[in-house]
Amino acid sequence: MAPYDLVRELALALAAVLVLVLVLAAALSSPDVPAVTVQSWAQHAPVDLVSTATSELQGTTLSSAYGPPYTAPGEEAADAVGITPEEVPDSVQTLGPLAPQLWAGIHLPIHPAWSDVLHPLVLASVGNPALRQAVVAYRRAPAATRRRWLVAFQAQLGSARMVRGQLVVRPAQDGPLPLMMETLLTVARSGGLDALLTQSGHFYQTDYTGPLLFLGDGGYLPALAQSQHLLGDQWGMMNETGRYPGQAWLWLYTMWYQIPPYSTAGNADLLVVLTMGLLTTLLLLVPFLPGLRDIPRWVPIYRLIWREHYRDEAARRRPRPGPG
Amino acid sequence: MPEPPRPPRSWTRALRGIVQRELPLDHLLPDQEPAYVASWVYVFGVVAIAALVWVIASGVILAFFGPQWWHVSPQGHFVNSIHFWSVQLFFVFMVLHLWGQYFGATWRDGRAPTWMVGVVVFLVSIITAFTGYLSQQNFASQWIAINAKDGINSTGAGAFFNVLNFGQMYGLHVMLLPILVTTLVAVHLVQVRRRGVVRPIDPGRS
Repeated sequence: MAPYDLVRELALALAAVLVLVLVLAAALSSPDVPAVTVQSWAQHAPVDLVSTATSELQGTTLSSAYGPPYTAPGEEAADAVGITPEEVPDSVQTLGPLAPQLWAGIHLPIHPAWSDVLHPLVLASVGNPALRQAVVAYRRAPAATRRRWLVAFQAQLGSARMVRGQLVVRPAQDGPLPLMMETLLTVARSGGLDALLTQSGHFYQTDYTGPLLFLGDGGYLPALAQSQHLLGDQWGMMNETGRYPGQAWLWLYTMWYQIPPYSTAGNADLLVVLTMGLLTTLLLLVPFLPGLRDIPRWVPIYRLIWREHYRDEAARRRPRPGPG
Repeated sequence: MPEPPRPPRSWTRALRGIVQRELPLDHLLPDQEPAYVASWVYVFGVVAIAALVWVIASGVILAFFGPQWWHVSPQGHFVNSIHFWSVQLFFVFMVLHLWGQYFGATWRDGRAPTWMVGVVVFLVSIITAFTGYLSQQNFASQWIAINAKDGINSTGAGAFFNVLNFGQMYGLHVMLLPILVTTLVAVHLVQVRRRGVVRPIDPGRS
């Protein structure tokens, strides 16, 4: 046994770590890339926003067709334009009979066509009879008619351009959609759509499910993420904006996404979660698992850890020279 | 001589007896350790705790002024930087501590529960950091939320743990999870003090 001052050790550790943290904070600061707004989306990628809004009306965006916990798979598309659920790929992940995403059910219901497009337009149509008529005409049209309009409008967006702040789309058999989408874009560019998307009927709100899903449905946010090396195939889970260290401790979690079969599987997320769950259980049970618990004895790092102890032990065991 | 009357049964006295028996003060705060504890490996645990102290201290300041403060105030941004780098150091030291404990096989001699609680601390810390990243209210938190939801939704947990709900994630991050991490770390420390530091591996023993 030897004297050991635990409290002084902790005090020294606190001081040393504080100095290190203060130096790092002063020298390197911390990352804070401002949040993307629907307004900035509308200003920098207006056609992408309009295309996303059109797909929301069709019920074919990632969030519309997602499945639990947000929607019944394909239901939004069926309601909106009469597409059968089988025609719209959902985001439900299963593994054989294992379907926890379905078992959990719909607990965060969303209706993107209404919340992201139609409801903001209804609110914007106050004092705008032409817009009000367009929205009413759209909502009253049969599903097949809406589908025809949406397909025709979406097809023209590939050649759409912004001219003096106005979206210009070639004429097509697209009903009231040009006026609706031009207005939606105008509201978005003014910042009004950000406010309308967070409206919940309550004064206070802290749930950004709706607006975040809408942002995620578009191409603007992923393009920004790619420029910051945050995509999945860029090991993005471990990365941070700028040149800051990210969540390096997620290296094993994100590694699976880079290698087959995870890299090409439609249920990759579920596969990775199950794999990590298994590995975490193994880590937890290391003391009881033959092999895993024996590795420390086979790999003699312990000789480095207790180097002085083994040296002292060896010295103690060495036979001492006899007298004379 | 007649025996003194037995005192009435007392839960308090029973609990005090358990504590005195299981963790006497000179075990909780010893001023001596086996000589082998002088190894450098034993530093990683205490510096991880030190980093955690600064994570919590800076986090308390950030929580006091609200989630928008650090975006608009230079002082707030500096406190956030302290929080950010404390977290980075906390994980570096905790991982080094984990590897040191693994290669020392420190679960020996009845210390498996200590190892297991340590692993749970690691896992809860990852979840706590994750909710912190979601609470930043900047581009990174938007991107993390949008992507993380798929993995969590695939397990069914997304119905109840909504990474897109700032209020839920923030509440978990500033209160529930720090309480859990701190409690688990305290349990871990008590476990270490109860059993003492494990002896070095004896190469001659199986």
